[in-house]
Amino acid sequence: MQKIGVFVCWCGSNIAATVDVKAVAEAMKSEPNVVFATDYQYMCSEGGQKMIQDAIQEYGLNGVVVCSCSPRMHENTFRKTAERAGLNPYMVEIANIREHCSWIHKDMEVATQKAIQLAKAAVAKVRKNAPLTSGTSPVIKRALVIGGGIAGIQTALDVADAGYDVDIVEKSPTIGGRMAQLDKTFPTLDCAACILTPKMVDAAQSEKIDILAYSEVEKVSGFVGNFTVQIRKKARYVDPLKCTGCGECTEKCPSRKGKNEFNMGLDNRGAIYIPFAQAIPKLAVIDPTQCIKLKTGKCGICQKVCSAGAINYEQKDEIIERQYGAIVVATGFKPISLEKFDEYAYAQSQDVVTSLEFERIMNAAGPTKGQLVRPSDGKHPHEIVFIQCVGSRDTSGCGKPYCSKICCMYTAKHAMLVREKYPDVNVHVFYIDVRTPGKNFDEFYRRAVEQYGVDYIKGMVGKVAPIEDGKLLVQGSDLIANEQVKIEADMVVLAAAIEPDPSARSIATMLTASMDTNDFFTEAHPKLRPVESPTAGIFLSGMAQGPKDIPETVAQAGAAASKVIGLLAKDHLVTNPCVASSDELLCNGCSQCEKVCPYGAISYIEKEVRGPGVREVKRIAQVNPAVCQGCGACTVTCPSGAMDLKGFTNSQIMAEVDALCK
Amino acid sequence: MNNNVKELRETILRISGVDPKKCMRCGKCSGACPSYEEMEYHPHQFVYMVDKGQIDKLMNSKSLYRCLTCYACLERCPRGVEPSKLIEAVRLMVIRQQGMNHMKPDDLPAKLDEEMPQQALVAAMRKYSK
Amino acid sequence: MQMTQKEWKPKIVAFCCNWCSYAGADLAGSSRLSYPAEVKIIRVPCSCRVNPLFILRAFQRGADGVILCGCHPGDCHYSTGNYYARRRMTMLFSMLSFLGIEPKRTRVEWVSAAEGAKFSAVMNDFVKTITDLGENVKLGDLRCKESLK
Repeated sequence: MQKIGVFVCWCGSNIAATVDVKAVAEAMKSEPNVVFATDYQYMCSEGGQKMIQDAIQEYGLNGVVVCSCSPRMHENTFRKTAERAGLNPYMVEIANIREHCSWIHKDMEVATQKAIQLAKAAVAKVRKNAPLTSGTSPVIKRALVIGGGIAGIQTALDVADAGYDVDIVEKSPTIGGRMAQLDKTFPTLDCAACILTPKMVDAAQSEKIDILAYSEVEKVSGFVGNFTVQIRKKARYVDPLKCTGCGECTEKCPSRKGKNEFNMGLDNRGAIYIPFAQAIPKLAVIDPTQCIKLKTGKCGICQKVCSAGAINYEQKDEIIERQYGAIVVATGFKPISLEKFDEYAYAQSQDVVTSLEFERIMNAAGPTKGQLVRPSDGKHPHEIVFIQCVGSRDTSGCGKPYCSKICCMYTAKHAMLVREKYPDVNVHVFYIDVRTPGKNFDEFYRRAVEQYGVDYIKGMVGKVAPIEDGKLLVQGSDLIANEQVKIEADMVVLAAAIEPDPSARSIATMLTASMDTNDFFTEAHPKLRPVESPTAGIFLSGMAQGPKDIPETVAQAGAAASKVIGLLAKDHLVTNPCVASSDELLCNGCSQCEKVCPYGAISYIEKEVRGPGVREVKRIAQVNPAVCQGCGACTVTCPSGAMDLKGFTNSQIMAEVDALCK
Repeated sequence: MNNNVKELRETILRISGVDPKKCMRCGKCSGACPSYEEMEYHPHQFVYMVDKGQIDKLMNSKSLYRCLTCYACLERCPRGVEPSKLIEAVRLMVIRQQGMNHMKPDDLPAKLDEEMPQQALVAAMRKYSK
Repeated sequence: MQMTQKEWKPKIVAFCCNWCSYAGADLAGSSRLSYPAEVKIIRVPCSCRVNPLFILRAFQRGADGVILCGCHPGDCHYSTGNYYARRRMTMLFSMLSFLGIEPKRTRVEWVSAAEGAKFSAVMNDFVKTITDLGENVKLGDLRCKESLK
């Protein structure tokens, strides 16, 4: 037998002025199961709460309805009140008779009638309520950062600084990422290596950070606070404990056909190589697609020259398994492939380069030792044309529909650096818009124009064609002069659009983290939760979430780290008990619910199901209460009605509907 | 924009299937145009002027017949605006307004221009090349 | 025929998602933006929690209009819930005409937590639409209605 108490709040005169609270309490007394009904000036006050506690004990209430302000205001207050009196907090329902009634109606009769109906609906719901208990799940105090660029390094450093263990998984042989390839950074023009390498060293020296370079995430299972991750440590064919990084082997290697990834393929490297001088970990690695010994079995020179005896051609990939409480995605970006942009002659001429290649050409540690020369003939160029928005803001299908955000600034940087170092070189920049929102950004761009005399042309290039003398004819429009310009250039630099690293897609699938149509990870809320994925326990850092420059990346990396720390600081996670659950007798394992779940909270198990006249092993849906956020999408999708949402069950909502339609 | 112009604009957009609002005014069409020097109104201006209702100027301009319909602008446009289709639609509007007075084959030799590939020839080639 | 015209008030059920529309309704309240008392709100966690069957149930039990309010597309607290709601309601709309219920008796509206004024305007408009349509008789299964009296 249910015993329900109804408490009607006056809220001073906020409710009592337009709702006859005594009449509401009186009307509720005649409702079935209601054993107690009263009114009070301020239910949320200490006196009011005591009144509820006393009534729960005195009348043995197992359901409470408070007719008061919005549940968004005081639902938690009254739930705690009930809990103190020994009643399950989820046996409390609120009838909102202030915001939804007394404040919007002026007629006392009308408002009182509506208040009574709202109270009746709440009573109808509470009759169907079931006690719910929050579960807890433990938190493993270790974080995983996927990606070892500036975003991943910064997140790892910040998390480690708070005293938690962090692993960085990086697929290439060294951490550092794209930033390590850059020459100078806008808008201050300090060198990228000078500010990045100390951070790389910090990460390597931190006792809390374990760098798993040349490794990839293979499989992820589990949920927030308790992920199990398998990581493939790819074979380096070099013993990391013995290799000293002296580089003797890299010089002697006879294979010279491997493209040097660090220099964007502008020069070649040996089959055994160290990506760059400041690489961390500074270990040699053998590229099995280039190594003569691994391909033909003959050679072995590196083994002979290695005084440390570190070379091991027998090394195999190794799979390790570790557990984490939180995972940060920092998978970064790459420039898009330009194969669909024939008009810029990128494939035809070596002197048409992307901005990242140009970055390597300008870098003192790059293939030309920082000398600005044409890749084709090594001659000094006199006319350079920069083309912006190559593939950005492109809805034709060849490029990307979004603005890549960083190109305006790095193009201004390149133009400025060229003019500074080589005042004899004419620099032209074709632009659609120059977008420079950011601290000291517009001033930087204006400096390029006003102080360095960079020729900015509003318009786009329609065609780049190699002509005699190894020159490139650049034909574009100057929209302001309203004429077509033709420039005989020595070099053309394309500000290629950026896109998420291709590895991001499979990682998103493993993590059940959602992505947008451009394969950028989506955030839990675009404004209010920008560094969290909608999937609990997954955090976003850097370009994986969207185009951004280094200052923004570092800021976001820190924000992601603080969210990780906030999670790891807890010993246990209290789970929301209002989650979906499936009735195993009704479930037929059709997998519909799994498809609509935005959190990947639903999985399927084979289970022996016993019920009246039923005993069979079948495939049924299982909701992980630690992952489910309680939206209810699955409940409506379920064709057999097996899925229901605790706290908002079908029968509860139906009871409310019935009560309101009476 | 008066109603006549509005109607004209709508017709041009309908028969060309072009949405000039998609244009982000980068000028790549004009950068790619091989007939640029011959035209007083250039491909990007066609898109802009049709959108703004300045269609009269276009219909009376020689540019209309200097376009080779080579589709370079259409191929290069990053937003899929297809300026050449728009130019063709404006041409069509001129023809429609002239009524049905098609050119007779006998008139053709007198109108041939040695300097430029003829739009009629190019169109014929396009038509019969597939 | 004439007698109920004046006194008859429609019964209207509004399903509001907890994160946007319910908060929008709260804001309408705290801004004192009135709308007819016939509108009664049921709180659901997300618009995707609303089973089309709930709406049919309301009609069956004598509701004259049912409105579903959720977050604006793209703003869902659960990221995709309102898209599911939108698709399901589109299905329901076509089914309602099949059942003989005027499609105008149901509506989906996106109301954010900041749109108290919109909530009030939507409700005023919806009540007016329903009042103009008159009592919902089609799904008023007579036996059911009698037994409820």
